Amino acid sequence: MTALMDQDQPLLRVSSVTKYYDLMIGCRNVSFDLWPGEVLGIVGESGSGKSTLLNCLSTRLEPNSGAIEYNTRASGLVDLFTMSEAERRMLMRTDWGFVHQNPRDGLRMGVSAGANIGERMMAVGARVYGDIRESAAHWLGRVEFDIDRMDHLPSTFSGGMQQRVQIARNLAVNPRLIFMDEPTGGLDVSVQARLLDLLRELVGDLGLSAIVVTHDLAVARLLSHRLMVMRNGEVVESGLTDQVLDDPQHPYTQLLVSSILQV
Amino acid sequence: MPQPSSLKAGYNFAYLDEQTKRMIRRAILKAVAIPGYQVPFGSREMPLPYGWGTGGIQVTAGIIGPDDTLKVIDQGADDTTNAVSIRRFFANTAGVATTEQTEDATIIQTRHRIPETPLQAGQILVYQVPIPEPLRWLEPRETETRKMHALQEYGIMYVRLYEDISRYGHISTAYDYPVMVNGRYLMRPSPIPKFDNPKMDRNPALQLFGAGREKRIYAVPPYTSVKSLDFKDYPFQVQKWDDCCTLCGADDSFLDEIITDDAGGRMFVCSDSDYCAKRRDAGHSGPNPGEAATKKIGEAGDAA
Repeated sequence: MTALMDQDQPLLRVSSVTKYYDLMIGCRNVSFDLWPGEVLGIVGESGSGKSTLLNCLSTRLEPNSGAIEYNTRASGLVDLFTMSEAERRMLMRTDWGFVHQNPRDGLRMGVSAGANIGERMMAVGARVYGDIRESAAHWLGRVEFDIDRMDHLPSTFSGGMQQRVQIARNLAVNPRLIFMDEPTGGLDVSVQARLLDLLRELVGDLGLSAIVVTHDLAVARLLSHRLMVMRNGEVVESGLTDQVLDDPQHPYTQLLVSSILQV
Repeated sequence: MPQPSSLKAGYNFAYLDEQTKRMIRRAILKAVAIPGYQVPFGSREMPLPYGWGTGGIQVTAGIIGPDDTLKVIDQGADDTTNAVSIRRFFANTAGVATTEQTEDATIIQTRHRIPETPLQAGQILVYQVPIPEPLRWLEPRETETRKMHALQEYGIMYVRLYEDISRYGHISTAYDYPVMVNGRYLMRPSPIPKFDNPKMDRNPALQLFGAGREKRIYAVPPYTSVKSLDFKDYPFQVQKWDDCCTLCGADDSFLDEIITDDAGGRMFVCSDSDYCAKRRDAGHSGPNPGEAATKKIGEAGDAA
């Protein structure tokens, strides 16, 4: 962590965020703090407002009311929506990562895996080809990707490999906060397990903070320290992951936990 | 406006109506004020198809006056169909003098080349541009590319150069090579070979770019810095040829390869026809200008 950042402050402070789509509720009155190094899971069924909340947090959507403050390296906690668009986009390039459920949304399918990772570095001013390539190879190694396929197009990769490239691309600029939207959705279970292992290891090693949206309670249990359960746009329960999953208090959380398929 | 006597009846001076020319001049003024910035303008239907130089013609029509001398080149040559027709078009509709001499022209409309003869202060070079947006093939949304220009987010342009190097070992982009104008705007120099890119930098002439179908005008004012993008360890380089011009012997000009027969015969000649002719008039000649036309591939190897 940078010295300039205030360690006594949370990395992200969310207060009463509400987003309406016309008259329909996206999410309502959501508040929480995210601390450096913490992984927050957001679970709930389809349509519960998880993705709306994630999109608000990552400034892809502007909430109707409420504040989202981020602990910037330069000037401490700043409300994201009072920043200029240029500053916000700079933040997204340098401090944040966004891992999409579908790698096609987060990768450039027309350029090689190496270039996909290099793009983030070139966007923040890297202009030495040798360095960019070396760094791209390093991050591909970190996500256990076959370096020999560095110059191949993502469209020739399997789903699991594409997801690895997407993760490497997000890590390449040493972000402090990563948003993940169903990072292992659509992958088969063995690939999912390896990817989850990897994510957990990387988040731990790099001291990243992360917000993980998932409908899969097993993924939430494995990755997140803290859990928020959402329903109809509202947070119905939150707490330590183990506590929420082992001793659910809210009837909806109890229903969710009891709905897990036992093999 | 007084109409020169050589004008074809029924046409306004330089074909376009005065209001349209004013609109084009306003766009040009704005473009000159913000070097490299693409200014939208109300492109008109012209009596030739899109892609044949409608943007360039409209810019030329907007700036040409009765005292101007016009030169038109297509791939460097004054005698190709497109160049001849556009020159004749303005001779008919504006009654202006035309020339093939680079130094005599006040306005030079060009497709795909910058003349080899250095341009002078006071001259205007008008480029025909097919696609003005340098980020187009990387980002299909116009709203997004405008935002990227506004915020100077040009990292993605380097992705293309990166891909070139990782695939071919060098930057293989040979024409329409992206440039940074005045340290601010990323610009497509129209499909000129990258051989011509260094000529754009701090050029004493005014350079105007017109894209008719895409309805954009942009400009590089005289003596403005134009830098080709590159990596520190893979610096920008221009094309080189092993041969010199077969006709005039020039080894510093852009050469076209010309196939001379069905048996692999070929020769290299200057693409700038005016430059080549001047050199020959001045007594320069290529290596065996007579025989070279029949030189065959492999002959050099057989002889050795």
